[in-house]
Amino acid sequence: MSDFLNLDDQSADLPGHRLVLGPDAPLHLDCGIDLAPVTIAYSTYGRLNADKSNAILICHALTGDHYVAETHPLTGKPGWWEELVGPGRILDTDRYFLICSNVLGGCMGSTGPASINPATGQPWCLNFPVITIADMVRAQVRLIDHFGIDKLFCVIGGSMGGMQALEWASRYPDRVFAAVPIATAARHSAQNIAFAEVGRQAVLSDPEFKNGDYPLHDTKPSAGLAVARMAAHITYLSEAALHRKFGRNLQGRDTITYGFGADFQVESYLRHQGSTFVDRFDANSYLYITRAMDYFDLAGDHGGQLANAFRGTKVRFCVISFTSDWLFPTPESRAVVHALNAVAANVSFVEVESDKGHDAFLLDEPEFHATLSGFLEGAAEHRGLPRRRETP
Amino acid sequence: MNAKIPSSSIRVDLQLIADMVEPGSRVLDIGCGEGTLLDYLNSFKQTDGRGIELSMAGVRKAVAQGLSVIQGDADTDLKDYPSGAFDYVILSQTLQATRNPKLVLRDLLRIGRRAIVSFPNFGYWRVRAGLFFGGRMPVTKSLTYQWFDTPNIHFCTIADFIALCAEEGIQVEKALSLNAKGLVRFDGGGLLANLLSEQAVFLLKRS
Repeated sequence: MSDFLNLDDQSADLPGHRLVLGPDAPLHLDCGIDLAPVTIAYSTYGRLNADKSNAILICHALTGDHYVAETHPLTGKPGWWEELVGPGRILDTDRYFLICSNVLGGCMGSTGPASINPATGQPWCLNFPVITIADMVRAQVRLIDHFGIDKLFCVIGGSMGGMQALEWASRYPDRVFAAVPIATAARHSAQNIAFAEVGRQAVLSDPEFKNGDYPLHDTKPSAGLAVARMAAHITYLSEAALHRKFGRNLQGRDTITYGFGADFQVESYLRHQGSTFVDRFDANSYLYITRAMDYFDLAGDHGGQLANAFRGTKVRFCVISFTSDWLFPTPESRAVVHALNAVAANVSFVEVESDKGHDAFLLDEPEFHATLSGFLEGAAEHRGLPRRRETP
Repeated sequence: MNAKIPSSSIRVDLQLIADMVEPGSRVLDIGCGEGTLLDYLNSFKQTDGRGIELSMAGVRKAVAQGLSVIQGDADTDLKDYPSGAFDYVILSQTLQATRNPKLVLRDLLRIGRRAIVSFPNFGYWRVRAGLFFGGRMPVTKSLTYQWFDTPNIHFCTIADFIALCAEEGIQVEKALSLNAKGLVRFDGGGLLANLLSEQAVFLLKRS
């Protein structure tokens, strides 16, 4: 058995559930290709109620995955929203059925560039079709269909997950009761595309990239992907957060070395972020997913008028941004809110005060959690779902 | 977390506003604060209520209660809303703090079939007396700010407001003149009402 088959086998060993869409049910992609077979790896928490009205779809961010509230099989770290999920918590597993799937194009079990192309018996690599946020959502729709869920109680996500939440609400308004796009935008801005391009160029210029065929050569563009992660990671933080965490502190030394080692703690931290990332993420997936974000432009899909994306919507929205997020700054959220106002949609909008930058949506931010909790409780009441049990 | 129990008793002036709202209607409350009136209307008048509030602190509290509220500014954000989107647009104790009250008033009656506007009456005799006898900018129980720190930049009297409505072709369906506690002194906006009332609530309609 060759290496690339081992690679695929490795992803088949990951914990969680899988849905396979066979050749009889291909996924029709924006680029015009019908993709099959498609595997959708997912996790669920809680129980689907009898009338299937209590499902919340959680959409993960660029480098996230479906291990929302369980130990990550590769890093051993807790799930990325573990704090929010559980009995009596905001995403209350006593009352809600939570679903999260690894995105199409991802590398944690769902079909992506590392999967086997059935036509060649080899990994897709750069022959994998370029996918979009809408394609990711199409895959999620199929998963929801698989559960027989007509209407999600809520679709929620931060960053790229928020783009998916907006796409869901826009394209499938009858299948979503409430949507919570967090720290996101209805489009990738020029600055967003610029940063994504820096990351991709770092990967593409790594000699080990081998035009994307690195799995066939038993190698990885680790250096390039690490640099991509380092650059991206800076955009997830804020100047204040970096300063608070590291300042100009030196790393394991009393004085500067007049060299190019990691003199500063912040350098050491970024290097660590880069090197651990390459152990869990596929470089080709990184290219495809960042490209999907670049292509996302909800207004562009609707004649340049964002409001047209939501005309007549009955979805209840809660738009949340963070003051120090400069990757998806508040004006991007406000543009979504203005568009929703223009169609008299039911929308709440909170800008949470935080100095933690874009990543604040993953961190312990009480005000964010209070907002989310209040909105979900209100929406649950309107959906006829039970309120949270009083904790003794 | 305890189940939220909506309060059945609200400030008297808010109660007067609530009484003007038909059950089951679509309501936009501009300057909704923490959402006290909205919560009341949704709970006891089964309205589909939305709010706009300038202060983020107010917005956060309102949303955390499950109300549909956004952060926004009456002067700049009303233009986004489509015409006739609401049955009632409420502007409670906020008109005098807007930069362009006339345009705001027009927008209220464009967005809503009806508008409910309440404001402090600068024609109240104590205000007049404060300026006339004291020679200082009036500070009263309902107008507690000093001239240099007041957010209220466009005061008017009941008579002024009625004149503006006439000029704008706005029909006054109801005018209640209240004392400081919010109790109704006059049903209407005549000379005595203008002299003896601390605040006023108007129900308006496009003519």
